[in-house]
Amino acid sequence: MGEPGKYEIIIEPGKGAKQYWRDLWQYRELFYFLAWRDILVRYKQTVIGVAWSVIRPLLTMIVFTIVFGKLAKLPSDGVPYPILVYAAMLPWQFFANSLSESSNSLIANANMLAKVYFPRLIVPSSSVIVSLVDFFISFAILVILMVWYRFVPDWRIITIPLFLLLALFAALGFGLWLSALNVKYRDFRYIVPFIVQFGLYISPVGFSSTVVPEQWRFLYSLNPMVGVIDGFRWAILGSSAQFYWPGLILSFILTFIIFVFGLRYFRNTERTFADII
Amino acid sequence: MSIVIKAENLGKKYILRHQKRERYVALRDVMADTARRWGKTIINPFAAAREMRPAKEEFWALKDVSFEVEQGDRIGIIGRNGAGKSTLLKILSRITEPTEGIVRLKGRVASLLEVGTGFHPELTGRENIYLNGAILGMTKSEIKKKFDEIVEFAEVEKFLDTPVKRYSSGMYVRLAFAVAAHLEPEILLVDEVLAVGDAQFQKKCLGKMEEVGREGRTVLFVSHNMAAIRNLCTSAVLLAQGQVKNFDNANIVINEYLKTLSQRNFKTSCLARNDEAGVSLSTVELINENGEVLSAAQSGLPVSIRLIFDSVKNFDKLLISIGLNNQEDIRVSVFHTGLTESELKIKSPCSEVLCNIPKVPLIPGNYRLSIKVMSRGKLLFWLPQICEMAVEGGDFYNTGRLPGEWGGICMIEHSWEDRYEKED
Repeated sequence: MGEPGKYEIIIEPGKGAKQYWRDLWQYRELFYFLAWRDILVRYKQTVIGVAWSVIRPLLTMIVFTIVFGKLAKLPSDGVPYPILVYAAMLPWQFFANSLSESSNSLIANANMLAKVYFPRLIVPSSSVIVSLVDFFISFAILVILMVWYRFVPDWRIITIPLFLLLALFAALGFGLWLSALNVKYRDFRYIVPFIVQFGLYISPVGFSSTVVPEQWRFLYSLNPMVGVIDGFRWAILGSSAQFYWPGLILSFILTFIIFVFGLRYFRNTERTFADII
Repeated sequence: MSIVIKAENLGKKYILRHQKRERYVALRDVMADTARRWGKTIINPFAAAREMRPAKEEFWALKDVSFEVEQGDRIGIIGRNGAGKSTLLKILSRITEPTEGIVRLKGRVASLLEVGTGFHPELTGRENIYLNGAILGMTKSEIKKKFDEIVEFAEVEKFLDTPVKRYSSGMYVRLAFAVAAHLEPEILLVDEVLAVGDAQFQKKCLGKMEEVGREGRTVLFVSHNMAAIRNLCTSAVLLAQGQVKNFDNANIVINEYLKTLSQRNFKTSCLARNDEAGVSLSTVELINENGEVLSAAQSGLPVSIRLIFDSVKNFDKLLISIGLNNQEDIRVSVFHTGLTESELKIKSPCSEVLCNIPKVPLIPGNYRLSIKVMSRGKLLFWLPQICEMAVEGGDFYNTGRLPGEWGGICMIEHSWEDRYEKED
């Protein structure tokens, strides 16, 4: 019996933080397996499978191009309007999907939570991975779109992962919060779709954020997705989009705060999940 | 031997809410309740305070539980429903945290509170083995190493690449147990999972559990199957109302459990009275060989049904029959003085009549007794289905095995032998 003392576990009310991060590391493969399960199931159950993650942003892009570009005739800063919309659609879809997936994840895995121990943090964070896969598939469409419009990006395209990470942390920060609240108050599952729908209109997805009057720009940037979407446009569309730096910095700070508080709230309530779920 | 589990003063408190039926709260209810309370406070400041109180009540599922387990011990945890067995396992497996007290565990802990946790119906058998293994705490390389063994144990080779939603329930359970059975933790916590699957598979599971025990691992095992506990466990913990009532050798604790089980379940005072004849049947109860009152009989063990009569005169030439019906209302058997040609009497003021059953051949379950008493051809009592008798699983065949659902309604002692023509 090797050295059983190696894994001494102490169970005490209100404690366990020290072991928590070690456990998280030990259960890292579960993270991978849960993400893998979600991806497998997602593409097994749907009829059109992968096509789903292509059709959704593509149709939304067409509608937005017609409504905002053609009917409302909003400015596009000299970029083809479909690319302007699609470059914003990518991070927005990723954020929206991650948020809904992660906030529902605990309820969806309620049975596991009640019967097995593992660091609960794995559940909402692994559920984000599915949306990441969708993101990469949708990204391929952007490439096709750019070839079609003969639009060549410059070096800034390599900064995309940075903005993607920002979107991921924002989604996860909110997601942790909402998933924990969802365990306690089930009506949060009706709030999430509302947030997502509402957010689509208050974020600069269908239009460029330059249409927002200068004096409101800082206030507008309180929505962390403004920084992410502007960042994506800056990286993909290149010099033609002007950049509002205070907004991005504000996004970074806000995302950090949301994530830290989301994580704290999650960690504090996590211990009671099995009792109330 | 070193101590691997040490629990001190463990307690777990739940808050019971009486008004709400749902286990979770809806934000809308919280807001509505708060608004209502405020409204009432404004109208009548004293009424609100009175009304708030009864909604919550504390309930201690476990209280002051302390025990130590040494490495390699196999401990059975027994007790009635609601005694805190599952809560204890949930705390030890860290699913829920205790309200007070401390537990120290040495070694890797795996818990098996349910078979097939996390199985996904859309995924194939192969995929589910990996997923379930990871959920139970195995690493990918461990699962890979054990993969063939798991598949062989579950007997599902042909269906490995079929989604488990197409599996029969037997196959599903076999696969789920197989994954769990190949965990290699130092401490294994098991809750009543052997109750699933067909008997042949149950046998296999029991065998596997014995093997786990022999390898020197520590096992905590919750079960209602006393035969399995007797067979697998070296000692047992008896829990009652969230507290440890006894922690001793398995046989001793099981006997105590069966005694305490339900002194109120079975025993009933003054069941029937026949004023005309001047006799009453005050008690029907189960007792063991030592005359101790039992709450339940146990398969394979002796038990006596004791009838206590109070009477103002004597009765002789008694005819007593006790009919036994199972839950499907099938008459299983009858105990009848006419069959045994017994001559019994009731003497004033108080007499006992014992019906001795040397070895209970009944499968576990509840049975209803119908009692008829006559004296000199005159009816004293006819009490159809007057009380219930519980039968606990016991070691009828001295092998620790019990038949499953297909095993009919009773157990018959038997043996097997084989004979061959001599080969030349």
